[in-house]
Amino acid sequence: MLAYVIRRLFYGAGVVLGVLLLLFLLFFTVATPDDVARQALGEKALPDVIEQWKVNHGYDRPLWPWQDFDDNLFFDHYRRMLTFDFGRSDADDTPIMDRIRDGVGPSLALTVPMFVLGVVAGIVLSLFVAFFRETYIDRMGVFLCVLGMSISILLYIIGAQYLIGKTLRWFPISGFDADPSVMLRFLALPLLVGVVSGVGGDVRFYRTVFLEETGRDYVRTARAKGAGEGRVMARHVLRNALIPILTRVVVAIPFLFTGSLLLEAFFGIPGLGALTVDAIQGNDFSTLRTMVFIGALLFVLGQVATDVSYALVDPRVRLE
Amino acid sequence: MSALEVEDLVVRFPGDREPVQVVDGVSLRVDPGEVLALVGESGCGKSMTALSCLRLVPRPGRIHAGGIRVAGREILSLAVPEMRSIRGSEISMIFQEPMTSLNPVVAVGDQVVEAIRLHEPVSRAAARARTLEIFQKVGIPDPEDRLDAYPHQLSGGLKQRVMIAMALATVPRVLIADEPTTALDVTIQAQILELIRELRSEFDVGILLITHDLGVVNELADRVAVMYAGRFVEEGARVEVLSGGRHPYTQGLLRSIPGRVEPGERLAEIPGVVPAPDDWPPGCRFADRCERAVDVCSERSPDATSLGDGRRVWCHVVAEEEAAG
Ligand SMILES: Nc1ncnc2c1ncn2[C@@H]1O[C@H](COP(=O)(O)OP(=O)(O)OP(=O)(O)O)[C@@H](O)[C@H]1O
Ligand SMILES: [Mg+2]
Repeated sequence: MLAYVIRRLFYGAGVVLGVLLLLFLLFFTVATPDDVARQALGEKALPDVIEQWKVNHGYDRPLWPWQDFDDNLFFDHYRRMLTFDFGRSDADDTPIMDRIRDGVGPSLALTVPMFVLGVVAGIVLSLFVAFFRETYIDRMGVFLCVLGMSISILLYIIGAQYLIGKTLRWFPISGFDADPSVMLRFLALPLLVGVVSGVGGDVRFYRTVFLEETGRDYVRTARAKGAGEGRVMARHVLRNALIPILTRVVVAIPFLFTGSLLLEAFFGIPGLGALTVDAIQGNDFSTLRTMVFIGALLFVLGQVATDVSYALVDPRVRLE
Repeated sequence: MSALEVEDLVVRFPGDREPVQVVDGVSLRVDPGEVLALVGESGCGKSMTALSCLRLVPRPGRIHAGGIRVAGREILSLAVPEMRSIRGSEISMIFQEPMTSLNPVVAVGDQVVEAIRLHEPVSRAAARARTLEIFQKVGIPDPEDRLDAYPHQLSGGLKQRVMIAMALATVPRVLIADEPTTALDVTIQAQILELIRELRSEFDVGILLITHDLGVVNELADRVAVMYAGRFVEEGARVEVLSGGRHPYTQGLLRSIPGRVEPGERLAEIPGVVPAPDDWPPGCRFADRCERAVDVCSERSPDATSLGDGRRVWCHVVAEEEAAG
């Protein structure tokens, strides 16, 4: 298994290097440093101001190794990313690493509880509807799920802010405070929106998995032994259903670090999601590059983690 | 008192227009220590009859009418928890599908331990020791190692033995074996039949044995019931049915066998196909394929003709022959 994990990480490293190549092509050749400088300084900036900006940001060197092997942007790009030396923001010159460090806390404060609540609510609700399969409770549940999935998350956000924030005044409409005693008040609305908007799709997926498993022969065997429905569900169905459910869940875990783009932007949470949205809007290419690179790293980790968790819950899977 | 008694059982599935009755008025009886073999072509309702005895007919099918008594106790009116306490203790079943009937993510020993502990207040360790004993008894080699094996690590024959071990974890009054040897090779078949035979004589278990294999019937059965399209067509002592079947369908099934039945001998092929449950003709359901059918056969369902000694045949032609003497 260790050998397998190492090999997978090795392939993963290949993927990450490929992503870095794409990023370089996009951010240095499709959008050239001159474009970036003009974005930062304004269209009417004088040529020597642009040159100076490029010098300040280290964009004044040749692009490719064959132009200057010892000093070129291509090698520099790889070296910086791979050593986590991300440099400064193209927009406001702050060190990107500092901003990531500041943003990780608020992002995790939002995404971890959202993830845990979402998984628990999804599994509990889907077990519930699966238990009442083919009754009106099940049909009603599926209807609500589809309804919930069809509503745009923007509507949830606006609805929650208007109804609970503005009309009922239960929680602040937006903002954030790192002080634990008040943080939950700020997180309440985004948490609610995140869980409610996601739970419909989860329940539908989990329900299908549970129903598929309840129809299997080993379930009939368990019943024939005299096991009750609760035991059949908990000991037999749930353990088997866990396998497909894990893929959906584990692969999402690494992305808790990158936060939630929409929720953070709309609820004013200064996390990495908001940082990314700001970078997109502000043409802050160095920050954007960094976030995409981190996303690729986390993706690779998520894949390996999923494989490992498979091997842990399914005795049929052996990683070789 | 019989181990198992089924009376006028009707199992229904919802159909396109109206419900279909895949089991349509079956009655049977198995005494303690007796083996009743149930034979018939694929789809005639053997498994549904068997599953009814545990009240495990798969949805959306259900038991529509009838009575089922296990060790004298009517089970169709039992509350769910009571039914649960009977399953696996009074009545056990070995399923037709050994490859998929074990939980793939639970060690096979634990699955048998569960069967014991569901019905007896014994410790895990005690149940495990018992499981080891049963594993030895059903001929699982290296039983200690196999306790912790997962189903995918066992061959089909071993899986079936685990299923049998599970069914015997608590000695039942009734054992239903739904084609217990079909998926296995010949030598293992013989061992498993031997095991079932021992059970019968050692513990006086009543056994309902479903099979396509006339060799198995010949070796094991005391009585035979022949089923066609959801109904019995003939029932009686093994020797009489095998060597002197009266119903044209029974005769068709046995046609290929000249004298002694060899193990592995399958039922003969009869020209034509079994009609689907939603397409059963009025009258005798075999009439369309029957060489001896007369007019009345496709008009009216035949009643049972008793030939003595619990021998019954459902056939207009036989009834007439008997009436004529
Ligand atoms: N879910 C279902 N819906 C409708 N009809 C069904 C369903 N399951 C089984 N049947 C029907 O019930 C009938 C009896 O099936 P059963 O499994 O009892 O046959 P069998 O005699 O055991 O056959 P085999 O020898 O192949 O095991 C079949 O004709 C089948 O088409
Ligand atoms: Mg069957």
